[in-house]
Amino acid sequence: MESAARLDQNHQLSLKELPYIVQWREDRCTRCGRCTAVCPMKSIEPTIYTQRVVTSEGSSPEPRVTRRLTQVVRQVTDIERYCIGCGTCTLVCPTDAIFPEYNVQHKLYHFRNKGGIPFMRGGRRNDPSTSTLDKLKFTRISMLTDPALDAGRHEFRIRTLLGRNLPAEQLPFKLEGDKLTITDHTFIPPVREIYPIRIGSMSIGALSPHMWEGLAMGIAYLNEVEGLPVVMCSGEGGMPPSILKSRYMKYFILQIASGYFGWDEIIHALPDMIEDPCAIEIKYGQGAKPGDGGLLQAYKVLGLIAKIRGVPQFVDLASPPTHQTKYSIEEAVAKMIQSMSMAWGFRVPVYPKISGTKTARAVLNNLARNPYAAALCIDGEDGGTGAAYNVSLDKMGHPIASNIRDCYLDLVRQGKQNELPLIAAGGVGKGGNLAANAAALIMLGASAVDIGKYIMQTAAGCFGDEYNRCNVCNLGKCPRGITTQDPKLYRRLDPDKVAERVVEVFKAADVELKKIFAPLGRSTELPIGMSDALGVNDKDIADRLQISYVC
Amino acid sequence: MCRLSAITSSDYISPMENILALETMKEGHDGSGLGLMLKDMAGPFAGYKQFPTMSAICSDKGLVMLEDYMKAQGFTEKFSWEPPIKNVKGVERRDHYIAKVYDYPAAYKDKTQLEKEDLLLRTRIALRLMGEPDGSLFVFSFYPDVLTLKEVGDPLQLAEFFGIEKSGIKSKIILAQGRQNTNYAIYLYACHPFFIQGYATMTNGENTAFVPIREFLMGRGNPGYMGYNSDSEVFTHILHYTNRTLGYPLHYYKDVITPMKDAEIEKRTDAAPIRLIKKSLRPLCIDGPNCVIGFTPDGTCFMVHDSKKLRPGAVGGKPGKYALMSEVCGVDSAVPDRDRSTDIFPMKYDSVIIAPGAREVKVWNQLHG
Repeated sequence: MESAARLDQNHQLSLKELPYIVQWREDRCTRCGRCTAVCPMKSIEPTIYTQRVVTSEGSSPEPRVTRRLTQVVRQVTDIERYCIGCGTCTLVCPTDAIFPEYNVQHKLYHFRNKGGIPFMRGGRRNDPSTSTLDKLKFTRISMLTDPALDAGRHEFRIRTLLGRNLPAEQLPFKLEGDKLTITDHTFIPPVREIYPIRIGSMSIGALSPHMWEGLAMGIAYLNEVEGLPVVMCSGEGGMPPSILKSRYMKYFILQIASGYFGWDEIIHALPDMIEDPCAIEIKYGQGAKPGDGGLLQAYKVLGLIAKIRGVPQFVDLASPPTHQTKYSIEEAVAKMIQSMSMAWGFRVPVYPKISGTKTARAVLNNLARNPYAAALCIDGEDGGTGAAYNVSLDKMGHPIASNIRDCYLDLVRQGKQNELPLIAAGGVGKGGNLAANAAALIMLGASAVDIGKYIMQTAAGCFGDEYNRCNVCNLGKCPRGITTQDPKLYRRLDPDKVAERVVEVFKAADVELKKIFAPLGRSTELPIGMSDALGVNDKDIADRLQISYVC
Repeated sequence: MCRLSAITSSDYISPMENILALETMKEGHDGSGLGLMLKDMAGPFAGYKQFPTMSAICSDKGLVMLEDYMKAQGFTEKFSWEPPIKNVKGVERRDHYIAKVYDYPAAYKDKTQLEKEDLLLRTRIALRLMGEPDGSLFVFSFYPDVLTLKEVGDPLQLAEFFGIEKSGIKSKIILAQGRQNTNYAIYLYACHPFFIQGYATMTNGENTAFVPIREFLMGRGNPGYMGYNSDSEVFTHILHYTNRTLGYPLHYYKDVITPMKDAEIEKRTDAAPIRLIKKSLRPLCIDGPNCVIGFTPDGTCFMVHDSKKLRPGAVGGKPGKYALMSEVCGVDSAVPDRDRSTDIFPMKYDSVIIAPGAREVKVWNQLHG
């Protein structure tokens, strides 16, 4: 017969069910309480145990047993407060007495659906395996028959074009003597020359004010001091009017998404804008959660965010999965592109962003025939998000590599690969190899790549990884202060340090890109579609991407 | 690295001059092939300048196939020539080396020159596609007053093999390439110079941007943009595309293949179109290392480099005869009695352009337009 007490615990979880088990060293702990105070999930708490102590005094052993109360740090097993493995406790512990250890046998997904609400989180797909992008190598090395270039001393031009390039046959030229001149007022679409690695769409709201400010400062510095024309996208949710009306606007891509959050402020700021934005991105999909709209959970809808977005505080801001006023691709794409183009007098490139999908080529082919479409951004399944259902993150979406390759080869077949730039996103730099991933995507056919999660990890130390570490961006509890609107948390983050890291990251990536392009003998133009440079030691990947199999 | 030898002259000259110049540059080619292209010919072809000449190599079977096809298309043969072949050790002799001059089909007699040229291109491509699978027929050029000879072997030996001196063939413009086989198997269609509708180029060096350029050209809808057994063939097609299809004057070729930096473009009087060209023809930007020598349908010869100038090139001569060579020793061989102080070693912004008649050399600087 079981005891009543034992049966009462039958519906509790054991630590073995949890993804991270906190290792606490009693002998080192000074009981300062910092770890329990800082834990974003309240997964650990101070408590008291009775301890049996055996002592012996005198010249011969005379063991005496006593019992005393002692303070300990205990991990709770409540699934609502499970340890997310962020390691903030370790960070603040003065004596290295505590750290969370990953538990490969965990059953988090079995239990994290209390109240019938599926597991929601931030971050990206929890797949720690080597990504396709990380498997690609650069195998066409210039050796003797064509001299390799000097990455350190040679002049490189690492730039890309964002905007629709007219086919040469349509350029409005006439010949005067032996000189070409421009004939009339034929519409020439706006094209921006930018750095091929961009910071992708992350909204003010998803990001804390300090994080967003740090990124923005970094971008401005890169452009104005370092001469690297890196741009970033606002994400859905608008931008502070002070920046909308500033000269820095040219470094930003404004995103309009299905909730139209922030666009009231943008429209009102239009007459006072002194610079056009770099581009307008129309978001139709997101790689991390295809088919879902944007979501800013109520925890993060505080004063500033509510003001910029024109909504009350503390309400969930869920954007619809599609633009509700549009019923077809012609409506959704053609009219919206034209409307947005018109708002800025056709001076700003306007392009859609979709989530990676088998149907990407259908969208692409529609855009290829639309003379106002400036690009197509495709966000693969490894893209990140501030909030989504776990099932969407882990199981929905399309890998970016084959999606971008298919689209590029489709454009090649139509001879339009230079007309409509493809922008690849989703998992770029996932394994820390930003430049290599970017270069591989470029050689598969992308004109540019977007990063999001990578810049949060590198510039602000985001704890998130592919072992479901941290990933509480949706709850506003970000222990680094990156994705929270709680001043107590985001004050931990120094915007100047973020900006400094942004600059460092892009400067380093620029050097690495040169170290990749130089041995390939390329420096003058971005090697878009230079697929002969790529190799992979997986025959199936090689066949699928139409690149070399090497072993 | 291959060696290039081009001569443009006001008088008819023998291709032996080019071959002897190649011989002086022998350390730069390994005898894996010779390509010869003659334009504006004298000798046996003198009387047929306005009629298209087909240059081909074929087996007995290929010859029948060629003649049947040409007959079916309505072409009538006016003249047929074969070089006086002499067996030379080391050169594998094929069945036929032919140059046949045709009259246009009756339906084309009154067509424009451009329409006639399109017919010639389609005919050449059709024959190429018929003969390529079994190697029975290789067609190199089909155009008025242009002759092409190609074979695998050492240039000097091939001159003997083809009986160049005996044959009496001469022309005012001659391109010759001594091939150093590097990244591709020895294959006749990979041998320079390449030709399309009056445009010819030969190149040394590798083309590191080959694949994106090839893919862009193949999307232009021109059936002649095919083959690409050599990464250098794209240089000919870029020239054809920019000059013939788009109508840009020759000097814009340089702006297409090696676009300048934006700040440099701003100083040009034609900055606005150059900016657009740089964007719209971005995939045609080459990345070297290359030296390109060629001619256009009117007989203008030129030399350009990639913008890093990692391949040498020299131009020298005197009014009436200029040599465009990979090395100055080749120029010495072709025009020994020139003023060497006027030799030109074109740098990264330069296009050397010599008009038909070879009276003067113009160095067109990309910075100044």
